[in-house]
Amino acid sequence: MNGFEVMRVDNGEVSVLRIKGFLDAHTASDLEREIQRLLDQKRFKIVVNFRDLTYISSAGLGVFMGFIEEVRGNKGDIKLTNMTPKIFRVFDLLGFPTLYEIRDDEQQALQSFNNQK
Amino acid sequence: MKNQRTKKNFHLRIPSQTEYLEIIREFVSRVARKVGFKEDDASKIELAVDEACTNVIEHAYGGDGKKMIDIAIQVDYPGQKMSIIITDQGRGFDPSKLRAPDMKKYLQEMRVGGLGVYLMQSLMDEINFEVKPGPKNQVKLVKYLMNNQKQK
Repeated sequence: MNGFEVMRVDNGEVSVLRIKGFLDAHTASDLEREIQRLLDQKRFKIVVNFRDLTYISSAGLGVFMGFIEEVRGNKGDIKLTNMTPKIFRVFDLLGFPTLYEIRDDEQQALQSFNNQK
Repeated sequence: MKNQRTKKNFHLRIPSQTEYLEIIREFVSRVARKVGFKEDDASKIELAVDEACTNVIEHAYGGDGKKMIDIAIQVDYPGQKMSIIITDQGRGFDPSKLRAPDMKKYLQEMRVGGLGVYLMQSLMDEINFEVKPGPKNQVKLVKYLMNNQKQK
């Protein structure tokens, strides 16, 4: 345990990653590894649930930037949910809400993937 | 405390390794809250300092974990400001070339990294770089406690 955990739950074609703890320059590689594993398994419909994330720095945001092109190029997406106001503020400062679909909860994100079919 | 001219200093010297960013954040945000910053501002300061130290770890020292980072906090009364000075002895850079990225271009290109300085500028009231590669590089981050005249 180094302050960050990822729990993966697959729901049909969609994989949900529930992230917990803090996402900084030290832990970003843990999330990177988990997303890379999804892509290796050809799973491109990804929901990241931020409910239990307490902190994010630009190193954490960079993880999403690093994968989004490949994911969208494979008809998938990375949708983000359950952000606390503190986490959302960092995304907002960097203009990320125009780039990523941010939903209130997992259900909404799953729904929106299903509606795209 | 009121109307009393005082300064308070806090100092942390810590190895240049990402695993200690957690301790740096804890130190800085504890001091910020202790001297009266609200949760919101304390977390802005915490993030700005994390970004500055991450730059030192990854760029100035290029991942050499045996090097040290110095983090000095000075709280001024009644000026009501907190200054955080982060010093390293690593590789410097040209601060005149250090500009906030063009966000529009950045978002179009979806590039990774390079967001730290932009964040530091957005989160703090003042930011200053002093670069003398080798002997000393410093970044000074300032946040005002009271009137928040440059509230962002």
